[in-house]
Amino acid sequence: MTSVSAPAERDTDPYTPSARRLARERHHRARTRRATAIAALSTLVTGAVLFVVITGSPGWQRARETFFSVEYARMALPLVLDGLLLNLRLLAVCGVCVLFLGLLLAVARTLRGPVFFPVRALATAYTDFFRGLPLIICLLMVVFGVPALRLQGVTTDPVLLGGTALVLTYSAYVAEVFRAGIESVHPSQRAAARSLGLSRGRTLRYVVLPQAVRRVVPPLLNDLVSLQKDTGLVSIAGAVDAVYAAQIIAGKYFNYTPYVVAGLVFVALTIPMTRLTDWITARTDRRRAQGGTV
Amino acid sequence: MRLTVRSLPTALLVLTAAATGCAPQENSPSAATPAATASCTPAALSTEAAGKLTVGTDKPAYAPWFQDDDPASGKGYESAVAYSVAKALGYRADQVVWRTVPFNNSFAPGEKNFDFDINQVSISDERKRAVDFSSGYYDVRQAVVALKKSPYAKAKSAADLKGAKLGAQVGTTSLDTINEIIEPKRQPAVFQKNDFAKSALRNGQVDAIVVDLPTAFYITSAEVPDAEVVGQFADSAGTAEQFGLVLDKGSPLTACVTRAVDGLRADGTLAALEKKWLADAVDAPVLK
Repeated sequence: MTSVSAPAERDTDPYTPSARRLARERHHRARTRRATAIAALSTLVTGAVLFVVITGSPGWQRARETFFSVEYARMALPLVLDGLLLNLRLLAVCGVCVLFLGLLLAVARTLRGPVFFPVRALATAYTDFFRGLPLIICLLMVVFGVPALRLQGVTTDPVLLGGTALVLTYSAYVAEVFRAGIESVHPSQRAAARSLGLSRGRTLRYVVLPQAVRRVVPPLLNDLVSLQKDTGLVSIAGAVDAVYAAQIIAGKYFNYTPYVVAGLVFVALTIPMTRLTDWITARTDRRRAQGGTV
Repeated sequence: MRLTVRSLPTALLVLTAAATGCAPQENSPSAATPAATASCTPAALSTEAAGKLTVGTDKPAYAPWFQDDDPASGKGYESAVAYSVAKALGYRADQVVWRTVPFNNSFAPGEKNFDFDINQVSISDERKRAVDFSSGYYDVRQAVVALKKSPYAKAKSAADLKGAKLGAQVGTTSLDTINEIIEPKRQPAVFQKNDFAKSALRNGQVDAIVVDLPTAFYITSAEVPDAEVVGQFADSAGTAEQFGLVLDKGSPLTACVTRAVDGLRADGTLAALEKKWLADAVDAPVLK
């Protein structure tokens, strides 16, 4: 805008845009206004059409009572938020354990040298098994199987056991992500580090892992979002999380509104995490684009 | 380009028309009411499948309500009731079709794929806002089951159970009994299925579970032998809890099915079936 009006006001500036240029800019502005107007109109029409189709459908009255009842939403919200506390606690504790165990497994799998063969084999067997085992079966086995053994001093708390099952399964996923990251670091980096006199351990610690971890941050956050939703599965053993709190109310009153409330709460939780992922990805890309020479 | 932009509103209008045209048409309840006053015969009833009666229940179907997870056997209390209702409506046994309907689907809005559902569903006013119920076919009482060695096995009243870790199935009045009558100090465990509740009881993850009385007797006699029925609860506030058949909201069959159930109660059929299939559940001490 300033580039158009400013030159005319300033006498010191000898530049005056040509009539053709002014016409071109006028034309561009007109096109922009037109595009905005069309976009607004089309959005309005789409909204109106959706509104008419949905509210005009023959079952709308019942659907609204069943899914969007203010009365039940108000009843469900405090209980759902109460349950959400369990989801968040599980997410925090399991998330840290998963990252730690996953990194450990990935490093174990990428160790070189014949002496480490048993470690590699065990780590590979672990990831193969728990990545393949359906989470729900893993949960059932841990949550009901472990207490059935009647071991002394082993907890029967469904939340602790359920959390253990989540960590078992998710650390297998995350280990594969970390491994992919480690293997994506070019061998020349290792060679360079070794030739500088760094030991194998230090090469891993100071050269390979920092690059590997930075590369896999987006898929890691993806797994974290997934874990956040799966924390609710511990409810299989009777613990009440947000979704289950909703189901309890839905079952009692035969109304689905509590599910909608719980769903929205989870979406509200996931959006900041997605934005965080986007931000981290953008930052990583910027850094890579700098093309630093080490 | 220009053409596309100009034709956009038109395209949307066409789309609207198509979408409304495709929307499922629901029979309005008012149009269906005449059927309720008409005679209740297979010819007059508009059932899910013409000439057949489609009955829903969950899978697995538990004893003593069904036997061997086979609703079509006619054995078990609810299976027998379903066939008796069918007979009262004029359907032969081979015209009854069973369909698996998970508990949570039985009250889903929209078209139902069953004529009625029989799944130990307690009648309540809140639930009547979502579905139709026949009149009650069974008076329910809730009972507490605990392991014999548990200190809570000697409970004499609801107050004795306040300190216990209790469990029940989601969506049941058993859970309401825990929350409203026992009011335990610890949050109750809520299970998807009674199977999980039984596992938790067996493992000692809960001290006691609450189920309806016939189920309680079946659990202690067949499934968890080292558990016992601690006691049952008297009807709260004088209103008997009843199981009813679930029908679609505004179903044209509701009046006929209700009349059939009333008939079975009046002529003693329900009492006889109860005696035959739920005879074990005769007595348990009442918890105050």
